[in-house]
Amino acid sequence: MTALKDVHARSSAAETSESLSAEAWKRFKRNKLALLGLAMTLTIILAALFAGYLAPYDPVKQLIWTEGASAKLAPPSAEHIMGTDLYGRDIFSRVLYGARISLQIGVFATAVTLIIGVPLGAAAGYKGGVCDDLISWLVNVVFAFPFILFVLAVVSIFQNPSLHLVFVAIGLVNWVSICRITRGQFFSLRNSEFVEAARALGLPSSRIIFRHILPNAIAPIIVQATLGMGGIITVEAGLAYLGFGAQPPTPSWGLMISEGQQYLSQGQWWWSVFPGIAIMYTVLAFNFLGDGLRDALDVRQKR
Amino acid sequence: MFTYIIRKMLYTIPVVWGVITAVFILMAVVPGDPVRIMAGQRGDKATIEKIRRDLGLDLPITRQYTKFLGELLRGDLGMSYRSNEKVSSAIAARFMMTVRLTAWAMLAAVLLGITTGIVSAARQHSAFDYAAMFIAVSGVSAPVFWVGLLMLLVFAYTLGWVPGIGVGNGEGIYLVLPAITLGVRPAALLARLTRSCMLEVMTQDYIRTARAKGVREQVVIIKHALKNAMIPIITVIGTQVSDMLSGAVLTESIFAWPGVGRLAVDALRSRDFPMIRGTVIVLAVTFLVVNLIVDISYGFFDPRIRFEDK
Repeated sequence: MTALKDVHARSSAAETSESLSAEAWKRFKRNKLALLGLAMTLTIILAALFAGYLAPYDPVKQLIWTEGASAKLAPPSAEHIMGTDLYGRDIFSRVLYGARISLQIGVFATAVTLIIGVPLGAAAGYKGGVCDDLISWLVNVVFAFPFILFVLAVVSIFQNPSLHLVFVAIGLVNWVSICRITRGQFFSLRNSEFVEAARALGLPSSRIIFRHILPNAIAPIIVQATLGMGGIITVEAGLAYLGFGAQPPTPSWGLMISEGQQYLSQGQWWWSVFPGIAIMYTVLAFNFLGDGLRDALDVRQKR
Repeated sequence: MFTYIIRKMLYTIPVVWGVITAVFILMAVVPGDPVRIMAGQRGDKATIEKIRRDLGLDLPITRQYTKFLGELLRGDLGMSYRSNEKVSSAIAARFMMTVRLTAWAMLAAVLLGITTGIVSAARQHSAFDYAAMFIAVSGVSAPVFWVGLLMLLVFAYTLGWVPGIGVGNGEGIYLVLPAITLGVRPAALLARLTRSCMLEVMTQDYIRTARAKGVREQVVIIKHALKNAMIPIITVIGTQVSDMLSGAVLTESIFAWPGVGRLAVDALRSRDFPMIRGTVIVLAVTFLVVNLIVDISYGFFDPRIRFEDK
């Protein structure tokens, strides 16, 4: 009997959530920029997944040893559509593999961001009082640092920064934006009727927070996390550009821009320009996607 | 208004303390011995002990912290590990360069961004509108250091209109590219925001009233609409300062601009901890002060905010 009830409850829950997401998808589909963002994001994911098949050359193979001096800083041509760098590495192949680095950073740093930001924001918004004051104070403190400088400071105290450290360092700074959004959501939901009902049933706070409020607060968090991906990817590129992120010969976009910059003044622009376009394309994709999600999920700007 | 200002100022104090403490903790947990780094390979035991005593690194951590706070209150940020220079005077020498860069960049961004936004909104769906918004979206998405390099490629190396990197003898022309580079992102954001705020305000009843009573369209836009669209615009200008200080770190590195951001990056490269500590604190506190001013200006633009209980 209880099993039956359970099944029933589950199916009805599935129905409502399905119709909600179906409705959101309908709104999303009508939005051309959102679809463009989705398509662009998919191309980046595909590039990252299938870089091994798509790339015409090995991204770290120095063709000057096999093809001779003609492969050194060769301008874009049919053979190397984005040209080659000083060591004769094919830039197009490196740009494709670079998608792996950027997406990896984006996804894992966002994960760290959410792991820190959501619980703290939930606690601040749900508990209020001293807890809220303390967490809001912490948010203001972290927010005061120039983003990249704080990440640089965290990364630089370790002698040999790995990519894992970069994820964590970015997450340690970036959580404040998610925390603010989550706090606002919990603050506005904590006195709503369904939460009072859950409380009246004697459910523990943790269950109320994670099973009852969080699903209702998730949409703006998803939107913010998507929009934040662009920022994270830019910061990682900045770190690599300054020499604190990915190390050679990793095909990181920021690093490629940095390696190529001294050849710009000599007219060999392709080494720095193409990776920059890749970064811009990726950031644009996540921005369009995030804006589209915001409209589709009907997230109103809340302060 | 006066109590509002005081309240805002009092609210900033614990945040400033938090910033200072966070930086202290960050630098205190550094793995490896900073003295060992300073003394290098050659340092014998006695020298190392002497340096350690001179820097106060032999004291317990709590004692180091109170000493650090005390010195900070007197404006003393310690000595650089690398150059025999006081951190405070090194920063003071470069601070105005960062202010100059950021201020010009912000001015360019505000003028360009707000004007573009107004024209875009007034001529919604025109070719200008689409072109401007396309450029704005690209500007928000492009990394600042890459924009800087493109600027150098086009305007310095190809067209030769402006000099490349460096500051020359302090001529204004050297400021043009760095300021535009740093201003691109805030300009793009401001253009988009101004456009959407204006479009929203333009549907309000009082705009229809103004038009109905025969006010000229320019006056409607500038006097009636823009004034009411200003609050969100000012908010963004305030939050952009944080972004711009981040951007300045990169912009100064590309253009070899001798500001605090470049000083910070150089200090990070050479693991000069007192210098890192000093530059990070100064930049963060600068941000807080600017934000305080922005907060106070809200109360000025929108009197309702003064009485809101936060």
